[in-house]
Amino acid sequence: MTTFLTRRAALFAAATCAATLGLTAIAEAQTSIKIGYAISRTGPNTGGAAVTTIPNYELWVKEVNAAGGIKLGDKRVPIEVVQYDDRSNAEEAVRALERLINQDKVDFILPPWGTGLNLAVGPTLNREGYPHIAATAVTDRAPELAKRWPNSFWMLGTSGDAARTLVELLSKLRDEKKIGDTVAMVSIADGFGIDLSTAARPALTNAKFKLAYDKSYPIGTQDLAPIINEVKALNPDVFIAFSYPPDTLALTEQSRIAGLNPKVFYTGVGTAFPLYRQKFGKNTEGVMGIGGWSGDSPAIKDYLARHKASANGAEPDRWASAVTYASLQMLQQAIERVGKIDRAAVIKDLQTGTFETVIGKVKLENNMPTRYWWVGQWQDGEFYGIAPAKNEGARAAIVPKPAWMAP
Amino acid sequence: MSAKTAGLGVGALAALVLLAFVPRLGNAYYLALAISLLQYTVLATAWGMFSGPTRYVSLATTAFFGVGAYTVAVLGEILPWPLVLLIAAALGAIVAAIVGLSTLRLSGVYFVIFTFGLTELIRQLVVWFEVNKSRVLGRYVFVDITQADIYWQLLGLTAAVFLLGWLIARSRLGFALRVIGEDETVATHCGINTTFAKVALFTISATVMTLVGAIMAPRWTYIEPSIAFNSMISFQVLIMALLGGAHRLWGPVLGAVPLTLLFELLSARFPNTFTIILGCIFLLIVYMLPRGVAGLFEKLSTTPGGKTTERVAA
Repeated sequence: MTTFLTRRAALFAAATCAATLGLTAIAEAQTSIKIGYAISRTGPNTGGAAVTTIPNYELWVKEVNAAGGIKLGDKRVPIEVVQYDDRSNAEEAVRALERLINQDKVDFILPPWGTGLNLAVGPTLNREGYPHIAATAVTDRAPELAKRWPNSFWMLGTSGDAARTLVELLSKLRDEKKIGDTVAMVSIADGFGIDLSTAARPALTNAKFKLAYDKSYPIGTQDLAPIINEVKALNPDVFIAFSYPPDTLALTEQSRIAGLNPKVFYTGVGTAFPLYRQKFGKNTEGVMGIGGWSGDSPAIKDYLARHKASANGAEPDRWASAVTYASLQMLQQAIERVGKIDRAAVIKDLQTGTFETVIGKVKLENNMPTRYWWVGQWQDGEFYGIAPAKNEGARAAIVPKPAWMAP
Repeated sequence: MSAKTAGLGVGALAALVLLAFVPRLGNAYYLALAISLLQYTVLATAWGMFSGPTRYVSLATTAFFGVGAYTVAVLGEILPWPLVLLIAAALGAIVAAIVGLSTLRLSGVYFVIFTFGLTELIRQLVVWFEVNKSRVLGRYVFVDITQADIYWQLLGLTAAVFLLGWLIARSRLGFALRVIGEDETVATHCGINTTFAKVALFTISATVMTLVGAIMAPRWTYIEPSIAFNSMISFQVLIMALLGGAHRLWGPVLGAVPLTLLFELLSARFPNTFTIILGCIFLLIVYMLPRGVAGLFEKLSTTPGGKTTERVAA
């Protein structure tokens, strides 16, 4: 009797399993597009991912699904998200992606945050043939990587470009007799700071600028007052800091206290964050930094409003956020033009197509955009792109920078 | 006894052959999981080889792992692969010998703190050198090594570590270490050269850890100090070895395998509450299994009051 029951139970269980599997098989006849990502929700990358990447992924999914989904042929299918925490760890990021591809069988993958993790997942995405649109990676080897992994797209450009554009802007300002030729440069002793200062050093010397101060400080330095005091004693025309968010804030604060107010004041990552304006208010006026966007363009204004509505009032940063969102629009347009889940065809479309995005019309060349914003400036509470000057929507630089005010 | 040993040997060999076919399954996810399992098995076993008998708790795993990974980052594209591995192993051994000679006179909590600081020291040295001398931070490793190659290398290393551990446990060195673990003063009075014994084993264990770092490095393409010297590895290895039971050669495996699978399950199912659940599990392990899984097995397999600690590690 017991055997019979057990057998019946087993049969029943097997039937249920089969039915469930059958149902899933039917369900998988493209009633949704599975999109997966592993993002840093814990660990040192959390700050960057929480400002630049996660809100944009969520905004995009929400908007696409509200419109009925991504258009495949003549019907729309909603996005289904599978996401993991990569714990800011390269090994974890690689494994999470392998899980997304082999276990969850996702249709497309969105990239992690930051240069290191994007490089870490590059080989896996290339091997499995998934498009890899890296929107938050700045690396000088981007052109070479794009050749090595034809499925990878490097949306933020190279640090060499960033440094050279800054020096071009300075040369132009000097030709206009707005600034002299003494430059003080500090950089953080980490990937970003080293890459940029290494590119800026020869560019400044070639442009006949006098590099009066050139020092790096270790990551996590708390007291930056000695650096600012030394720089102030030299009275430079230009102050450049290739810094990370915590030290961008600390250097600005210290400069205000010490009264270091050169004609051009430039700080690194974090200048374009909404947090920077929250902290310094009117004192942001005239501060330059890496990044920027066309703050006057209606598409950007609209994007800003939608982002705020979706992220509980949080604003995007003025550099990689809009680029991240644009890369999602590109992915969607490429999928819709192909009309089915055909990753090779989507990669091909990304390489050759033209896309309408919040940052304007984008057409990639050698898997990289042709226009970037490299220098931005806070003007009247908005961080506008000012260089390269040939970019559409570029504003004229305010030089000299107005004096610091008491907060 | 020799028949039992032979049987064990045949069993181990059969398991090894079977495991060698994992990459043939053709599922990259299972391969990745298997790599992870082997990585932590080797690290935890190497940790247990030194810390088990001597009872010195070391948090330097990351330091040696990072040295291995960085050796590959610097030399990986220039030299042939076996030579790179050889250099990595040599570097790890040299660093371990220097560190061992200068610190193994410390004991208790001082040794723990020093080994933790060692990771940071080496990491800052690498950063200083890269910033001021080579002026690159973050190196690219483009070597022609597939995931399956990494797996097979780790499998080979696992076999080597177990063989080595088995041989050491049977040697005079292994006996000396167990005496040191019981009472170092007595060991000195027995005429055991305690410093030599400790440094020798510390060096062997560190060399294995360095090799793991070197073998794993090609998985990431991009290496910078914060990736190579991630102190989480030290803590994970420690907790795995403790869960398994570091006083047995095969103990750490019993911790490494379930914990790696658990980490995997947790990060797949509960990506947002991972850390909280992990913390609770660690608390449970420390309170419920003070002698690890190996200790639990022994307790179950011996009569009450039977002495277990004097059995030779098998």
